[in-house]
Amino acid sequence: MSAALLIEQALNGLQFGVMLFLMAAGLTLIFGVMGLINLAHGSLYMVGAFACAAVATATGSFWLGLVASLVAAALAGAIMEIVVIRRLYRRDHLDQVLATFALILMFSEGTRWLFGSFPLYLDVPEILSGAVALPGGVQYPLYRLAIIVAGIGVAILLFLLIGRTRLGIQIRAGEADREMIAALGVDIKLLYTAVFALGAALAGFAGGLVGTIQSVQVGMGEPVLILAFVVIVIGGIGSIKGAFIGALLVGITDTLGRFLLPVFFGAFMNASDATAVGSALASMLIYILMALVLVVRPGGLYGAGT
Amino acid sequence: MFRETTVNTALVAILVAVPLVAQAAGEPFIITLATKVAIFAMAGVGLNIALGYGGLVSFGHAAFFGIGGYAAGILASHAQSYTPLMTWPFAIGGTQQMLIIWPVALAASGIAALVIGALSLRTSGVYFIMITLAFAQMVFYFAVSWPAYGGEDGLPIYVRDKFPGLNTLDPLQFFAVAFACFLLAVLVSVVLSRSRFGLALQGARQNVERVRAVGIDPYRLRLVAFVISGMITGLAGALYADLNRFVSPSMLSWQTSGEIMVFVILGGVGRHFGPLAGAALFILLEHELGSVSEYWQFLLGLLLLLVVLFAHGGLIGVLTRRPHRD
Amino acid sequence: MTDPVLEIRKLTKRFGALTVSDGIDFDLRPGEIHALIGPNGAGKSTLIKQICGELHPDAGAILFSGRDLAGEGSVARARRGLARTFQVSSVAPEFTALQNVVLAVQGASGATFRFLRPALGDAALTGPARAFMERVGLSGRENVPASILSHGERRRLELAMALAMEPRVFLLDEPMAGLGPEGSQEMTAILSDLRHEAPILLVEHDMDAVFTLADRISVLVYGRIIATGTVDEIRANAEVQSAYLGDDA
Repeated sequence: MSAALLIEQALNGLQFGVMLFLMAAGLTLIFGVMGLINLAHGSLYMVGAFACAAVATATGSFWLGLVASLVAAALAGAIMEIVVIRRLYRRDHLDQVLATFALILMFSEGTRWLFGSFPLYLDVPEILSGAVALPGGVQYPLYRLAIIVAGIGVAILLFLLIGRTRLGIQIRAGEADREMIAALGVDIKLLYTAVFALGAALAGFAGGLVGTIQSVQVGMGEPVLILAFVVIVIGGIGSIKGAFIGALLVGITDTLGRFLLPVFFGAFMNASDATAVGSALASMLIYILMALVLVVRPGGLYGAGT
Repeated sequence: MFRETTVNTALVAILVAVPLVAQAAGEPFIITLATKVAIFAMAGVGLNIALGYGGLVSFGHAAFFGIGGYAAGILASHAQSYTPLMTWPFAIGGTQQMLIIWPVALAASGIAALVIGALSLRTSGVYFIMITLAFAQMVFYFAVSWPAYGGEDGLPIYVRDKFPGLNTLDPLQFFAVAFACFLLAVLVSVVLSRSRFGLALQGARQNVERVRAVGIDPYRLRLVAFVISGMITGLAGALYADLNRFVSPSMLSWQTSGEIMVFVILGGVGRHFGPLAGAALFILLEHELGSVSEYWQFLLGLLLLLVVLFAHGGLIGVLTRRPHRD
Repeated sequence: MTDPVLEIRKLTKRFGALTVSDGIDFDLRPGEIHALIGPNGAGKSTLIKQICGELHPDAGAILFSGRDLAGEGSVARARRGLARTFQVSSVAPEFTALQNVVLAVQGASGATFRFLRPALGDAALTGPARAFMERVGLSGRENVPASILSHGERRRLELAMALAMEPRVFLLDEPMAGLGPEGSQEMTAILSDLRHEAPILLVEHDMDAVFTLADRISVLVYGRIIATGTVDEIRANAEVQSAYLGDDA
């Protein structure tokens, strides 16, 4: 095992973590402000990926595709909020889970109907293809590096939005006290739709970005969604900062675990056993991490407690 | 409209009548569908104990369903290949006897529920939903990446496991086995809900502060309920493995968790026979809508959405015009 | 003088910069009703919550029959016989009145992990439960869902549940709240009967009831006990007059 390989894997973990943050941030924001658990958040990720793939294929421009992923997911999110989600804010979590589970079925089958069951593939845009040489002799794909930068950029924008703008003040007020924002003269319905669309756009953007490194297909959203749940549980519900730290922890733990554990077991087992034990354990690693956080801090690292 | 007991009796009567008629008409596939209904309903009865009576919204019951299934599959595979399950500290071989497989399935899913429950019940509300989902996903990925028992491809059971005195390969006789197990599960659910334990469990769902104030610890209560719930769903999983003569990680998937939940909700939360109504409706829809459109899950989603938004109390709630359980 | 059943020493609790319990000393003796009065926000409910084990004090001690309760949760304290009613009625709404009281009897019995016999078919539970309901005047309302009971009936249902707990101390948080004059009189009669069961720590705003029932009164203002004494002593206390009772008291 070379240091270069380790650095490459660590960067892959960072890139994965950044993607997870884009998903988890929307989820935690929506839960924090509206108290809603949205299983269909993974569907919005899928919508973003398909929009990006379709538009990029049709126009030949990845950048237009990326814009399309943002717009389509935000739009789908806004419509979803207006037609279904706003009826669920006052319901218990069970109803929210079921209704958004129903939405997953509808989104998945709807997408299958529109695009078929075959996965779509996207090419990395010309400008971002190739690899960059990093210090230490690491050759790293430029596109993955761009995802890391874009993700961190969005994270910074999000922190600024929440911390510095009028909308951010309203969002924070909404988290603290729903009656207060009404007293502030804010149109709650509009605010909720805006927050939901914002969360949706983040998920769609993540979907659009990954379209070039994995296949775009129906059902791609839910595994990411469940990982985003793990992120939120670790970070603490409602905390953007917790989502960020949690996402990086999960991304890096998962990627490095898959890389290092088989190597570790290889030190005292034969190769095939080591691969089997190592990869099985690696697939459970982030959940073990989650269990540990639960034992130590049931409310998550940055949560207010349960 | 109808009394709940009338609806329940009718449901059970239909479940028994359909395979008998199908047998007479020479339609073994219909008997298999009815068996599937009984098994899914049983999985739902298990979840209903946690969800309906305990108010514990577990989105991870596929873990127990799948673990029960794998218990059956693994024991059968060792029996088929004449290899011991383990040789140390003592030798244990595989088996194809349901009467041995079932206790193993119950124990395995019970232990899994104890571990997952003990951790998850440290939290509540949305956390609990997400954590149960996450732990089930952990078991799923473990099954996918552990190559000894088929990994992603799953594990076949070449000949259905045996039950003394019965020919389980005959669809009607296997239906009888599944149906008896389902009835037994309902009986457990009824007795449990009326017992001291059930009273305290339901009290804790309605008002946990009050239950603490009378000196009852809700954590232990809920943990026991979660374990019993997981065991019943696990036994249903063992039967499901035998029905399909096949176990795969898909039994452990999050979709399976969602579907078990749908059985409970479609029928009506916290009703003893709700899962039967829900599972029957689900299989009926799958069968009927599936022949109308290959995108039947879209229609299922739409129906589920409408039930959640507008028909509180599920199918039995609608039939009895009583949105709330007794 | 007999030893107090409940003794609170130098109890202090802060929420951030706000000190809600400021070195509180308080005791409850066998057979007495000790009322705790004070303006809204004085910290009465916070004190009750600390006694019940729902909140943990920053400093000081709570002794129950001479035993320090520190480190015991609300469940363990309830099992010791600290029976509580809530400021806002807290019952299981879907249960009938009888089921609620049965739940309390069952809690006191300590035998909850029984899975076979129906709870409502167990005379060891329903017998005492019906008797406690009769004590608070709820006979005939056994099979009514708690959510349908009137406000006053729910208040009394909570008392029946407290009685069912074989209490050694009652902690009653504003039992008269929202009852109206007639209801308050009935409740006063029930409470004066309850004191034979166990001593009562009574948090209450209704001064008529307090002056009728209390053997002693403590006045809590801004987290501090400013006076403790008999009804007459408190009526005559100038500091209490100005801080709380006002000119017309």
